[in-house]
Amino acid sequence: MDARSIAEIEINVLLEAIRLRYDYDFSNYARASLKRRIQNLLLKEKLEMPYQLIPRILYEEEIFNRFLAEMSVTVTELFRDPASFHALAEHVFPRLESYAYFKIWHAGCATGEEVYSLAILLEEAGLLDKARIYATDYNKQSLKTAEHGIFPAADIKQYHHAYKKAGGKKQLAHYYTHQYDAIKFKDSLKKNITFAYHNLVKDGIFGEMHLILCRNVMIYFDRELQNHTFTLFNNSLARKGFLSLGSKETLAYSVIDAEFETCCKSNRIFRKLN
Amino acid sequence: MTNRHIKAIVAGVSQGGIVALETLLPQLSKTFDKPIIIVQHRAASSDTFLSEHLNSLSLIQVEEAEEKQPIKSGTVYLAPAGYHLLIEQDMTFSLSCDERVNFTRPSVDVLFESAADCYTHQLLGIILTGYNSDGAKGLQRIKQAGGLALVQDPEDAEVPDMPLAAIKITPVDAILTLDQLAQYLNRLS
Repeated sequence: MDARSIAEIEINVLLEAIRLRYDYDFSNYARASLKRRIQNLLLKEKLEMPYQLIPRILYEEEIFNRFLAEMSVTVTELFRDPASFHALAEHVFPRLESYAYFKIWHAGCATGEEVYSLAILLEEAGLLDKARIYATDYNKQSLKTAEHGIFPAADIKQYHHAYKKAGGKKQLAHYYTHQYDAIKFKDSLKKNITFAYHNLVKDGIFGEMHLILCRNVMIYFDRELQNHTFTLFNNSLARKGFLSLGSKETLAYSVIDAEFETCCKSNRIFRKLN
Repeated sequence: MTNRHIKAIVAGVSQGGIVALETLLPQLSKTFDKPIIIVQHRAASSDTFLSEHLNSLSLIQVEEAEEKQPIKSGTVYLAPAGYHLLIEQDMTFSLSCDERVNFTRPSVDVLFESAADCYTHQLLGIILTGYNSDGAKGLQRIKQAGGLALVQDPEDAEVPDMPLAAIKITPVDAILTLDQLAQYLNRLS
C-alpha cells in the first residue's frame, strides 16, 4: 500500500473516533479542505501526524472544541457578495411582500454578518416586521458571536461600500454604534431573528420556509452530503419558496434539480416549483 | 530531466500575470493534452472576463474551474476569484473560502499543496511573475513529492519576486522565459 492510501486511512480513523466520541460526522466533507484544516490544527498543537490527535481528542474535550473551531473557520463579512443581496431584494422581496408574515432560514450562518445584512435590507424594504428569521449553525461559539451582534470595525470602510453595492438606501452607520474598534448592531435588527443550533449533517427539517439562504457551505461537502442537504432544504421549503446559494454553488447535477427553476442564474437564486 | 510521465500542470501567477498568460497560453498547440490549472491573484469581485478573454486567444479551451468538476486533459482552468482552488483524490476540483493564505485567496500554495497530494511525481509546477512569495512553499512540496518545478526567468518576469522566492528555497528543474516555457509544455505531449 502506498503512503497516500495509508494517510487516507489515518484521516478516516481520526474522523471515526470523533464521530463515536462526540457524534459529529465529518466523513462526507470534501477531503482537500478538511486535510488543510487538520494540518492547521496539528501546527497549533505542535503535533506531527493526524493519528497523534486521536488520543488527545478522545480524552480532552478542549482539543475537540479546538478541532471544531478549526473546522468551522469561515470567512464571512457584512454584505459579502453584494450583488447576491441586491438580487434578493430585486427578485425575492417582492414575492415575500404578499405574505402576512414569512419565514427565512439562514443555514450555516457562522458569526452572523450576513444575517444582519439581510435584516438591514428587509428593514429598508419595510419587510422586517413580517419576517421570522432562523439563523442556524453547528458551532455554538459562532452562534454566540452572531447573537451579540458585535463585530470588528477594521473593515468598516469596505462594509460601507458593499452595503451601497447591495442596494442599501441609507447609511450603514444608521444601524450600528461604533465603540473603540468594534461595531454593535442595533437590537431592533434582531428582534425577529432566532439563533439556534442545527447541524446540517444530522438534524432534521425546518418547516415551511419561504426563503432559505445557505452560502458557501455546500462547497465543503462531498456530492453525497450535498444531496442530503439539498433534500433537507427541498423538504423545508414551502411551495414556490426560494433558495439562495453561494456564488459558485449550483443545484445543477443535484437530486433536487428537477424540482426547482432558476430565478437568477448569476446570483444563484433558485425557486421551488411546487 | 525526463518529463514524459507528467499528468498535470499547475501554475501560479500574480502581478503581470495577464500579459504573461496572454503570451504563454496562445502558444500552446491544439493537440496539447494535459490539464493546466492556474491561480492568478485578482480582486475577489472579478468576474469570468479573464478566462473568456484568454479562451478567445488560445487554441485550447480556457475556463474557470467549478467545484466538483472532473479535471479534463487539454483544458486550462483558472481559479475563480475569491476562492481557494483545491484538487481532490478523485481528480475533481473543490473550492474553499477559508482565510487567506499569504494574504491572498486564491492562494498558489493551497492549489500546489493539494495538487502534489493527488498527482505526486506526475505533477509539474510553474511559478510566474508576481510580487510576494505565494507559491514558493507549494513548489517546494511538489519537488518533495517527486514532481517537476519550473520558474519563469526573473529577468523575463514583469515582477521577479515570486520566481526569486521560489528559486531561493527549491532547487528548481529549469528557469525559462515565457517563450521557452511554451516550447517546453508543447514537448510534453
